[in-house]
Amino acid sequence: MSSIEDRVNKIIVEQLGVKPEDVKPEASFVEDLGADSLDTVELVMALEEEFETEIPDEEAEKINTVQSAVDYIKAHS
Amino acid sequence: MSEKKVALVTGASRGIGRAIAEQLVADGFFVVGTATSEKGAAAIGDALGANGAGKVLNVTDKESVASTVKSINDEFGAPLVLVNNAGITRDNIMLRMKDDEWEDVINTNLNSLYRVSKACLKGMTKARWGRIINISSVVGTMGNAGQANYAAAKGGVEGFTRALARELGSRNITVNSVAPGFIQTDMTEALPEAQKEALLAGIPLGRLGQPGEIASAVGWLASDGGGYVTGTTLHVNGGMFTG
Repeated sequence: MSSIEDRVNKIIVEQLGVKPEDVKPEASFVEDLGADSLDTVELVMALEEEFETEIPDEEAEKINTVQSAVDYIKAHS
Repeated sequence: MSEKKVALVTGASRGIGRAIAEQLVADGFFVVGTATSEKGAAAIGDALGANGAGKVLNVTDKESVASTVKSINDEFGAPLVLVNNAGITRDNIMLRMKDDEWEDVINTNLNSLYRVSKACLKGMTKARWGRIINISSVVGTMGNAGQANYAAAKGGVEGFTRALARELGSRNITVNSVAPGFIQTDMTEALPEAQKEALLAGIPLGRLGQPGEIASAVGWLASDGGGYVTGTTLHVNGGMFTG
Protein backbone atom coordinates (compact mmCIF):
# COMPACT_ATOMS: atom_id res chain seq x y z
CA MET A 1 0.00 0.00 0.00
CA SER A 2 1.44 3.35 -0.97
CA SER A 3 1.57 6.19 1.52
CA ILE A 4 -1.14 8.83 1.82
CA GLU A 5 1.31 11.36 0.38
CA ASP A 6 1.85 9.22 -2.73
CA ARG A 7 -1.85 8.64 -3.27
CA VAL A 8 -2.70 12.33 -2.84
CA ASN A 9 0.13 13.35 -5.17
CA LYS A 10 -1.02 10.90 -7.82
CA ILE A 11 -4.54 12.34 -7.76
CA ILE A 12 -3.24 15.88 -8.01
CA VAL A 13 -1.10 14.93 -11.03
CA GLU A 14 -4.08 13.26 -12.71
CA GLN A 15 -6.66 15.92 -11.92
CA LEU A 16 -4.61 19.00 -12.65
CA GLY A 17 -2.48 17.54 -15.43
CA VAL A 18 0.78 18.70 -13.81
CA LYS A 19 4.21 17.09 -13.60
CA PRO A 20 4.91 14.95 -10.51
CA GLU A 21 8.01 17.02 -9.68
CA ASP A 22 5.89 20.18 -9.43
CA VAL A 23 3.70 18.68 -6.72
CA LYS A 24 5.63 19.96 -3.72
CA PRO A 25 4.06 20.08 -0.25
CA GLU A 26 3.88 23.89 -0.19
CA ALA A 27 2.50 24.17 -3.74
CA SER A 28 -0.81 26.02 -3.99
CA PHE A 29 -3.30 24.46 -6.39
CA VAL A 30 -4.37 27.79 -7.83
CA GLU A 31 -1.19 29.83 -7.71
CA ASP A 32 1.45 27.20 -8.42
CA LEU A 33 -0.37 24.38 -10.20
CA GLY A 34 -2.67 26.41 -12.45
CA ALA A 35 -5.99 25.18 -11.10
CA ASP A 36 -9.16 27.23 -11.37
CA SER A 37 -11.92 27.16 -8.77
CA LEU A 38 -13.78 24.38 -10.56
CA ASP A 39 -10.58 22.30 -10.71
CA THR A 40 -10.17 22.55 -6.95
CA VAL A 41 -13.74 21.31 -6.41
CA GLU A 42 -13.08 18.39 -8.73
CA LEU A 43 -9.85 17.63 -6.92
CA VAL A 44 -11.72 17.39 -3.64
CA MET A 45 -14.29 15.11 -5.33
CA ALA A 46 -11.45 12.84 -6.48
CA LEU A 47 -9.94 12.77 -2.98
CA GLU A 48 -13.35 11.86 -1.56
CA GLU A 49 -13.54 8.94 -3.94
CA GLU A 50 -9.99 7.69 -3.40
CA PHE A 51 -10.22 7.83 0.39
CA GLU A 52 -13.90 6.92 0.63
CA THR A 53 -14.78 9.92 2.73
CA GLU A 54 -17.06 12.92 2.54
CA ILE A 55 -15.35 16.27 2.87
CA PRO A 56 -17.80 18.97 4.01
CA ASP A 57 -17.81 22.21 1.97
CA GLU A 58 -16.40 24.33 4.79
CA GLU A 59 -13.44 21.94 5.14
CA ALA A 60 -12.99 21.60 1.38
CA GLU A 61 -12.54 25.34 1.06
CA LYS A 62 -9.47 25.13 3.31
CA ILE A 63 -7.75 22.53 1.14
CA ASN A 64 -5.64 24.88 -0.98
CA THR A 65 -2.21 23.30 -1.01
CA VAL A 66 -0.72 19.83 -1.41
CA GLN A 67 0.17 19.73 2.27
CA SER A 68 -3.32 20.80 3.41
CA ALA A 69 -4.83 17.94 1.38
CA VAL A 70 -2.44 15.42 2.94
CA ASP A 71 -3.08 16.81 6.42
CA TYR A 72 -6.84 16.63 6.01
CA ILE A 73 -6.76 13.03 4.82
CA LYS A 74 -4.40 11.99 7.61
CA ALA A 75 -6.59 13.59 10.24
CA HIS A 76 -9.75 11.96 8.88
CA SER A 77 -8.73 8.43 7.98
CA MET B 1 -27.94 0.84 -13.20
CA SER B 2 -29.11 1.98 -16.58
CA GLU B 3 -26.99 1.37 -19.70
CA LYS B 4 -28.52 4.49 -21.19
CA LYS B 5 -27.82 8.07 -20.17
CA VAL B 6 -30.15 9.06 -17.36
CA ALA B 7 -32.36 12.14 -17.76
CA LEU B 8 -34.23 13.75 -14.87
CA VAL B 9 -37.40 15.71 -15.64
CA THR B 10 -39.06 17.55 -12.75
CA GLY B 11 -42.82 18.00 -12.81
CA ALA B 12 -43.46 15.21 -15.29
CA SER B 13 -47.04 14.22 -14.39
CA ARG B 14 -48.82 16.42 -16.87
CA GLY B 15 -48.59 18.88 -19.71
CA ILE B 16 -45.19 19.98 -20.93
CA GLY B 17 -43.19 17.91 -18.43
CA ARG B 18 -44.93 14.73 -19.41
CA ALA B 19 -44.34 15.40 -23.12
CA ILE B 20 -40.65 16.08 -22.42
CA ALA B 21 -40.30 12.79 -20.51
CA GLU B 22 -41.87 10.89 -23.42
CA GLN B 23 -39.67 12.68 -25.96
CA LEU B 24 -36.48 11.84 -24.07
CA VAL B 25 -37.51 8.19 -23.82
CA ALA B 26 -38.05 8.19 -27.59
CA ASP B 27 -34.59 9.74 -28.00
CA GLY B 28 -32.98 6.86 -26.12
CA PHE B 29 -32.57 8.18 -22.58
CA PHE B 30 -33.60 6.44 -19.38
CA VAL B 31 -35.97 9.02 -17.94
CA VAL B 32 -36.78 9.67 -14.31
CA GLY B 33 -39.87 11.86 -14.04
CA THR B 34 -40.87 13.44 -10.76
CA ALA B 35 -44.20 14.32 -9.17
CA THR B 36 -45.09 15.76 -5.79
CA SER B 37 -47.26 12.77 -4.76
CA GLU B 38 -46.70 8.99 -4.55
CA LYS B 39 -49.68 8.51 -6.82
CA GLY B 40 -48.27 10.89 -9.44
CA ALA B 41 -44.87 9.21 -9.32
CA ALA B 42 -46.43 5.76 -9.75
CA ALA B 43 -48.39 6.97 -12.78
CA ILE B 44 -45.21 8.33 -14.37
CA GLY B 45 -43.46 5.02 -13.73
CA ASP B 46 -46.34 3.13 -15.40
CA ALA B 47 -46.37 5.49 -18.38
CA LEU B 48 -42.63 5.30 -19.03
CA GLY B 49 -42.44 1.52 -18.59
CA ALA B 50 -39.03 -0.12 -18.87
CA ASN B 51 -37.40 3.08 -20.12
CA GLY B 52 -38.01 5.18 -17.07
CA ALA B 53 -39.19 5.57 -13.51
CA GLY B 54 -41.29 7.91 -11.40
CA LYS B 55 -40.03 9.48 -8.19
CA VAL B 56 -41.55 11.73 -5.56
CA LEU B 57 -39.80 15.09 -5.40
CA ASN B 58 -40.68 18.36 -3.74
CA VAL B 59 -38.37 20.86 -5.45
CA THR B 60 -38.89 23.38 -2.64
CA ASP B 61 -37.48 21.01 -0.02
CA LYS B 62 -33.72 20.65 0.27
CA GLU B 63 -33.95 17.25 1.98
CA SER B 64 -36.31 15.90 -0.65
CA VAL B 65 -33.96 17.03 -3.42
CA ALA B 66 -30.93 15.45 -1.72
CA SER B 67 -32.60 12.11 -1.06
CA THR B 68 -34.30 11.82 -4.44
CA VAL B 69 -31.14 12.64 -6.40
CA LYS B 70 -29.18 10.19 -4.26
CA SER B 71 -31.67 7.41 -4.88
CA ILE B 72 -31.56 8.08 -8.65
CA ASN B 73 -27.74 7.94 -8.54
CA ASP B 74 -27.81 4.67 -6.62
CA GLU B 75 -30.53 2.96 -8.65
CA PHE B 76 -29.99 4.14 -12.21
CA GLY B 77 -26.83 6.26 -12.34
CA ALA B 78 -26.18 9.99 -12.17
CA PRO B 79 -28.55 12.11 -14.27
CA LEU B 80 -26.57 13.73 -17.09
CA VAL B 81 -29.59 15.51 -18.52
CA LEU B 82 -31.60 17.67 -16.15
CA VAL B 83 -34.81 19.34 -17.26
CA ASN B 84 -35.96 21.85 -14.65
CA ASN B 85 -39.60 21.95 -15.58
CA ALA B 86 -41.60 21.89 -12.34
CA GLY B 87 -43.50 25.14 -11.98
CA ILE B 88 -46.64 26.76 -10.63
CA THR B 89 -48.65 29.94 -11.14
CA ARG B 90 -50.31 32.05 -8.44
CA ASP B 91 -51.58 34.95 -10.53
CA ASN B 92 -52.74 38.15 -8.93
CA ILE B 93 -52.45 41.87 -9.56
CA MET B 94 -49.66 43.38 -7.49
CA LEU B 95 -51.98 45.44 -5.29
CA ARG B 96 -53.72 42.25 -4.22
CA MET B 97 -50.80 39.86 -4.20
CA LYS B 98 -50.20 37.97 -0.97
CA ASP B 99 -46.75 37.18 0.42
CA ASP B 100 -47.31 33.47 -0.04
CA GLU B 101 -48.32 33.93 -3.69
CA TRP B 102 -45.06 35.72 -4.32
CA GLU B 103 -42.90 33.38 -2.29
CA ASP B 104 -44.43 30.10 -3.50
CA VAL B 105 -43.83 31.02 -7.13
CA ILE B 106 -40.25 32.21 -6.58
CA ASN B 107 -39.48 29.17 -4.47
CA THR B 108 -40.96 26.56 -6.80
CA ASN B 109 -39.99 28.14 -10.12
CA LEU B 110 -36.62 29.72 -9.36
CA ASN B 111 -35.06 28.58 -6.08
CA SER B 112 -35.64 24.99 -7.18
CA LEU B 113 -33.11 25.46 -10.01
CA TYR B 114 -30.41 26.25 -7.49
CA ARG B 115 -31.22 23.17 -5.44
CA VAL B 116 -31.77 20.57 -8.14
CA SER B 117 -29.01 21.72 -10.50
CA LYS B 118 -26.45 21.80 -7.70
CA ALA B 119 -27.40 18.29 -6.64
CA CYS B 120 -26.87 16.97 -10.19
CA LEU B 121 -23.64 18.81 -11.00
CA LYS B 122 -21.11 16.41 -9.49
CA GLY B 123 -22.24 13.61 -11.77
CA MET B 124 -22.14 15.79 -14.89
CA THR B 125 -18.74 17.21 -13.97
CA LYS B 126 -17.28 13.74 -13.50
CA ALA B 127 -18.76 12.56 -16.78
CA ARG B 128 -17.45 15.62 -18.63
CA TRP B 129 -20.87 15.74 -20.31
CA GLY B 130 -24.09 17.30 -19.21
CA ARG B 131 -27.21 19.12 -20.32
CA ILE B 132 -29.23 21.41 -18.09
CA ILE B 133 -32.42 22.63 -19.74
CA ASN B 134 -34.61 25.06 -17.85
CA ILE B 135 -38.21 25.61 -18.83
CA SER B 136 -38.81 29.34 -18.77
CA SER B 137 -41.74 31.21 -20.31
CA VAL B 138 -42.33 33.94 -22.86
CA VAL B 139 -43.67 35.88 -19.87
CA GLY B 140 -40.14 36.07 -18.48
CA THR B 141 -39.21 38.28 -21.45
CA MET B 142 -42.49 40.05 -22.30
CA GLY B 143 -44.08 40.33 -18.89
CA ASN B 144 -47.78 39.80 -18.33
CA ALA B 145 -50.25 41.71 -16.19
CA GLY B 146 -51.14 39.70 -13.09
CA GLN B 147 -47.99 37.61 -13.25
CA ALA B 148 -45.27 39.75 -11.66
CA ASN B 149 -44.24 36.80 -9.48
CA TYR B 150 -44.15 34.36 -12.39
CA ALA B 151 -42.37 36.81 -14.73
CA ALA B 152 -39.77 37.60 -12.04
CA ALA B 153 -39.08 33.91 -11.51
CA LYS B 154 -38.85 33.14 -15.23
CA GLY B 155 -36.61 36.15 -15.90
CA GLY B 156 -34.45 34.83 -13.08
CA VAL B 157 -34.36 31.41 -14.70
CA GLU B 158 -32.90 32.93 -17.86
CA GLY B 159 -30.20 34.85 -15.95
CA PHE B 160 -29.32 31.70 -14.03
CA THR B 161 -29.02 29.90 -17.37
CA ARG B 162 -26.57 32.44 -18.80
CA ALA B 163 -24.35 32.49 -15.70
CA LEU B 164 -24.20 28.73 -15.27
CA ALA B 165 -23.47 28.21 -18.97
CA ARG B 166 -20.33 30.34 -18.58
CA GLU B 167 -19.35 28.52 -15.40
CA LEU B 168 -19.66 24.99 -16.77
CA GLY B 169 -18.67 25.29 -20.40
CA SER B 170 -15.15 24.04 -19.71
CA ARG B 171 -16.63 20.77 -18.47
CA ASN B 172 -18.71 20.20 -21.61
CA ILE B 173 -21.93 20.91 -19.76
CA THR B 174 -24.42 23.06 -21.67
CA VAL B 175 -27.09 25.13 -19.95
CA ASN B 176 -30.05 26.53 -21.86
CA SER B 177 -33.63 27.67 -21.38
CA VAL B 178 -36.65 26.88 -23.49
CA ALA B 179 -39.32 29.59 -23.27
CA PRO B 180 -42.76 28.35 -24.29
CA GLY B 181 -45.47 30.73 -25.37
CA PHE B 182 -49.07 29.68 -24.79
CA ILE B 183 -49.27 25.91 -24.91
CA GLN B 184 -52.40 23.81 -24.73
CA THR B 185 -52.25 22.40 -21.19
CA ASP B 186 -54.39 22.37 -18.06
CA MET B 187 -52.78 25.71 -17.20
CA THR B 188 -54.09 27.45 -20.35
CA GLU B 189 -57.29 25.37 -20.54
CA ALA B 190 -58.47 27.26 -17.46
CA LEU B 191 -58.45 30.63 -19.23
CA PRO B 192 -61.85 32.23 -20.10
CA GLU B 193 -62.88 31.99 -23.78
CA ALA B 194 -62.71 35.76 -24.39
CA GLN B 195 -59.16 35.87 -23.05
CA LYS B 196 -58.15 32.95 -25.26
CA GLU B 197 -59.46 34.76 -28.35
CA ALA B 198 -57.56 37.93 -27.50
CA LEU B 199 -54.48 35.80 -26.96
CA LEU B 200 -54.75 34.07 -30.32
CA ALA B 201 -55.00 37.45 -32.06
CA GLY B 202 -51.46 38.14 -30.87
CA ILE B 203 -50.01 34.86 -32.15
CA PRO B 204 -48.96 34.98 -35.83
CA LEU B 205 -49.34 31.20 -36.19
CA GLY B 206 -52.93 31.61 -34.95
CA ARG B 207 -53.03 28.68 -32.56
CA LEU B 208 -51.80 27.52 -29.17
CA GLY B 209 -48.70 25.34 -29.16
CA GLN B 210 -48.74 21.66 -28.34
CA PRO B 211 -46.71 20.21 -25.45
CA GLY B 212 -44.88 18.02 -27.97
CA GLU B 213 -43.59 21.14 -29.72
CA ILE B 214 -41.81 22.20 -26.53
CA ALA B 215 -40.61 18.66 -25.93
CA SER B 216 -38.96 18.43 -29.35
CA ALA B 217 -37.02 21.65 -28.66
CA VAL B 218 -35.83 20.14 -25.37
CA GLY B 219 -34.96 16.90 -27.13
CA TRP B 220 -32.80 18.76 -29.61
CA LEU B 221 -30.92 20.65 -26.88
CA ALA B 222 -30.28 17.35 -25.10
CA SER B 223 -29.04 15.65 -28.27
CA ASP B 224 -25.48 15.59 -29.58
CA GLY B 225 -26.67 17.82 -32.44
CA GLY B 226 -27.54 20.57 -29.95
CA GLY B 227 -24.14 20.35 -28.27
CA TYR B 228 -22.76 23.72 -29.43
CA VAL B 229 -25.70 25.70 -28.03
CA THR B 230 -25.24 27.05 -24.53
CA GLY B 231 -26.39 30.02 -22.45
CA THR B 232 -29.32 30.75 -24.71
CA THR B 233 -33.09 30.94 -24.44
CA LEU B 234 -34.92 29.16 -27.22
CA HIS B 235 -38.33 30.76 -27.79
CA VAL B 236 -41.10 28.44 -28.93
CA ASN B 237 -44.19 30.62 -29.10
CA GLY B 238 -45.79 30.75 -32.54
CA GLY B 239 -44.31 34.18 -33.12
CA MET B 240 -46.08 36.01 -30.28
CA PHE B 241 -42.70 37.36 -29.19
CA THR B 242 -40.08 37.85 -31.86
CA GLY B 243 -37.22 39.43 -29.89
